[in-house]
Amino acid sequence: MATFEQTQEPGGESTQYVDPVRRRDFINIAAVSFAGVGAATVLIPLVNQMNPSADVLALASIEVDLSSIQPGQAIKTSWRKQPVFIRNLTPAEQQAANAVPTASLRDPQTLAERTKEGKANWLITMGVCTHLGCVPLGAGEGEARGDFGGYFCPCHGSHYDTAARVRKGPAPKNLVVPDYAFKSDTVVQIG
Amino acid sequence: MIRLLVAAGAFVTFIAALIAAILMPREASEETAAHRFHLEPKELHLASNGPLGRFDRQQVQRGFQVYKEVCSACHSLRLVAFRDLEEIGFTGPETKAIANQWSTETPSVNPETGEAATRKSLPSDKIPSPYANEVAARAANNNALPPDLSLITKAREGGAEYIHSLLTGYRDPPANLPKDAQPGPNLHYNPYFANLNISMPPPLVAEGQVAYADGTKATVDQMAQDVSAFLVWTAEPKLENRHRTGVAVLIFLLIATVLGYLAYQNIWRDKKH
Amino acid sequence: MSFPWANQYAPKNPLTQWLDERLPLPRLVYNAVGAGYPVPRNLNYFWNFGVLAGAALMIQIVTGIVLAMHYAANGAIAFDSVEHIMRDVNSGWLLRYTHMNGASMFFIVVYLHIFRGLYYGSYKPPREMVWLLGVVIFLLMMATAFMGYVLPWGQMSFWGAQVITGFFSAIPVVGEPIRTWLLGGFAPDDAALNRFFSLHYLLPFVIAGVIILHIWALHIPGSNNPTGVDVKGPQDTVPFHPYYTAKDGFGLGVFLIVFATLVFFIPNYLGHSDNYIQANPLSTPAHIVPEWYFWPFYAILRAFTVNWLWIPAKLWGVIAMFASIALLFFLPWLDKSPVRSCNYRPLMQKFFWVLVVDIAVLAYCGAAPAEEPYVRISQLAAAYYFAHFLIIMPLVSVIERPLPLPNSISESVLHGEAEDGAPFGAGGHAKVPGQPATGHAH
Repeated sequence: MATFEQTQEPGGESTQYVDPVRRRDFINIAAVSFAGVGAATVLIPLVNQMNPSADVLALASIEVDLSSIQPGQAIKTSWRKQPVFIRNLTPAEQQAANAVPTASLRDPQTLAERTKEGKANWLITMGVCTHLGCVPLGAGEGEARGDFGGYFCPCHGSHYDTAARVRKGPAPKNLVVPDYAFKSDTVVQIG
Repeated sequence: MIRLLVAAGAFVTFIAALIAAILMPREASEETAAHRFHLEPKELHLASNGPLGRFDRQQVQRGFQVYKEVCSACHSLRLVAFRDLEEIGFTGPETKAIANQWSTETPSVNPETGEAATRKSLPSDKIPSPYANEVAARAANNNALPPDLSLITKAREGGAEYIHSLLTGYRDPPANLPKDAQPGPNLHYNPYFANLNISMPPPLVAEGQVAYADGTKATVDQMAQDVSAFLVWTAEPKLENRHRTGVAVLIFLLIATVLGYLAYQNIWRDKKH
Repeated sequence: MSFPWANQYAPKNPLTQWLDERLPLPRLVYNAVGAGYPVPRNLNYFWNFGVLAGAALMIQIVTGIVLAMHYAANGAIAFDSVEHIMRDVNSGWLLRYTHMNGASMFFIVVYLHIFRGLYYGSYKPPREMVWLLGVVIFLLMMATAFMGYVLPWGQMSFWGAQVITGFFSAIPVVGEPIRTWLLGGFAPDDAALNRFFSLHYLLPFVIAGVIILHIWALHIPGSNNPTGVDVKGPQDTVPFHPYYTAKDGFGLGVFLIVFATLVFFIPNYLGHSDNYIQANPLSTPAHIVPEWYFWPFYAILRAFTVNWLWIPAKLWGVIAMFASIALLFFLPWLDKSPVRSCNYRPLMQKFFWVLVVDIAVLAYCGAAPAEEPYVRISQLAAAYYFAHFLIIMPLVSVIERPLPLPNSISESVLHGEAEDGAPFGAGGHAKVPGQPATGHAH
């Protein structure tokens, strides 16, 4: 059957250009490329809308008042929708933490590395077990504190010491210490 | 042929019915007092007007001050968070202070007894309502509910112009106002309001009612304009983004369309159509 | 495909050849919208609106899916979730305004597309199926748009839902049970809102499926054209790509300019301010009005004010409103003229424009309060609307004398003159005296 060619006319076209196809293609390519740039730009808000919204970001940082936490006490609070343990370590607890040879730890860290200068009694960690994410016991009054006097995760038996470092059980890392800073002696900003 | 006659007959009948319908006597719709005395909003020139409008941050801050010192006693602004105030020029510490010192506190729960309590607001909190709920709001306002103002300029015909005209439109009812349109107890005559009589008493009554931080003279009209500008912002905080992006998008599209037209002409050049 | 001279798909590289042998998608695209689909060469800009409607649907689906990631379909928080999108979600205001105005753009484009069909007789044989599927798409669009408007749970959302679902209670005997079944309750509430969200998400994909059938049905006979004369040979057509891909690209640009002007500069112009007030079942707005694209039908609904023949006025209104769309299904059989295009039907052409004015009048009345003189005007305009399709159209198709049609598309395009010295193909004839009509192999 006859093939209908799209650029040839029955009578032939005038070919006054040296390279007719290339020159005439330029505007087509320009138009398509310009539109393509637009299409790519449209993708940006479509992808970015999945990023955290302003109200979520506003809660990315909180302030906590520590004045009511006595030595030996801890509180649980929420930051970025996750539990945070804030413990006021007693001198005995700090000594116990410092007495442990760092090299023997699964995740070697000293108490000093996990607290702020001059505020070694304040241990602020995430309340999320580094094994599979359960909330360990020990922050509340009367909760089990495990074999090392810190926190104990009932899900698979991870034990954390007074500096919240993992000592026994399947957890690979110490309880995570979030970014925080003291705004004053009694107020800390987390995040 | 029969088809033709039937169809023609139907058409003639239809025309006759139409004429009868037009000529049949009808009840005239009554002109109510509201129609006669109601006024359209006056013009208001805000910096945010028009396709290239931007916020006059000074004015919007003054408007916020009016809201804070006058309107917030009765009207909530529940869609605006304190942190949003940074967009109109307040710094982080300033919004923190505004939140902390706000006259109503954010509802919360007493951590020891579990009873309802309140706490000082944080920047991440929305501005708390002056009343605990609608029942309380009505009880305090002769059974009228002061509407939330967050979207008021988008929720009323006439927008900011309506708000400004309303706030400056209170006056004595005219002598020829019919008896049934007179303001009853707890109602105030305002011809810019659709029903002529509004429950809200005039909120802006005296010059200097608010002492502007930037020293602008606080006439009633000035305060009304400023709070209207503020309420445009609360309803449309992204207005400036929208205008800026719109200009860029339209320029891009104009160029793209011109290129598209040239490509189209190029492809069809040797095809007569 | 019905055109023997259509370009044949030939895979250009080993990869496309491999694919073509196993799943001939590239071939399908080539034959549907590529160089393999011959289209009449004389289409005017009114033929752009089909593709633009498809583009509008794509935009609605993409923005809709993305909005659904943030929207909450529960009466207590729906309104606030939309404001959360407007204020806190990154570019949320852009997505929301695009989706909101995209619905209007979709209807603008579809109405122009429908009027093109009416004027040029695109509903006539052999394209009746294309038309019927189109009416189905239109009905689905109306359902989708109605449910979408309910989702923000503003005053108009709620009361619009109240009014529209109230139609069903007008049906005798089974009406009220149907209404409570639809709503999942006695008034629009959480049950209704949730199911409207589910169906609003579903229907656009149903629309997409029907559109595929619509285009498939079209591609059997091929597109109509402004003369209404059938394609007779290769000189009457051009391949869809690149001729109409380029023209549609340009049309898309114009469409997007109008769209962008709405979205970025007057995003609430086509809307109603009452929908920025949270739904309140205890307080009815002063004037309940649907979105602009429903105004003509709303006017027909409200035009019936008299109980007649034991049927209450309310039910007459509902019947008339549905009938005004249902009669579109019968169009191919109401208009029996063998001439398609109103360009060659001078009497029908005049009535066409009267219809356009009539629908504009109906639209104006639909937005107006249900008072005089609008009630009387809508009654007249509604009567004319039905008369146009049921009386005038059949009558005119019998009694009118159409203008002589051109022998072919290429003849009408070339006005009987030689193009670049080339003779005409089969079906044309030379108007220049002394020039024979000779074929020219190419």
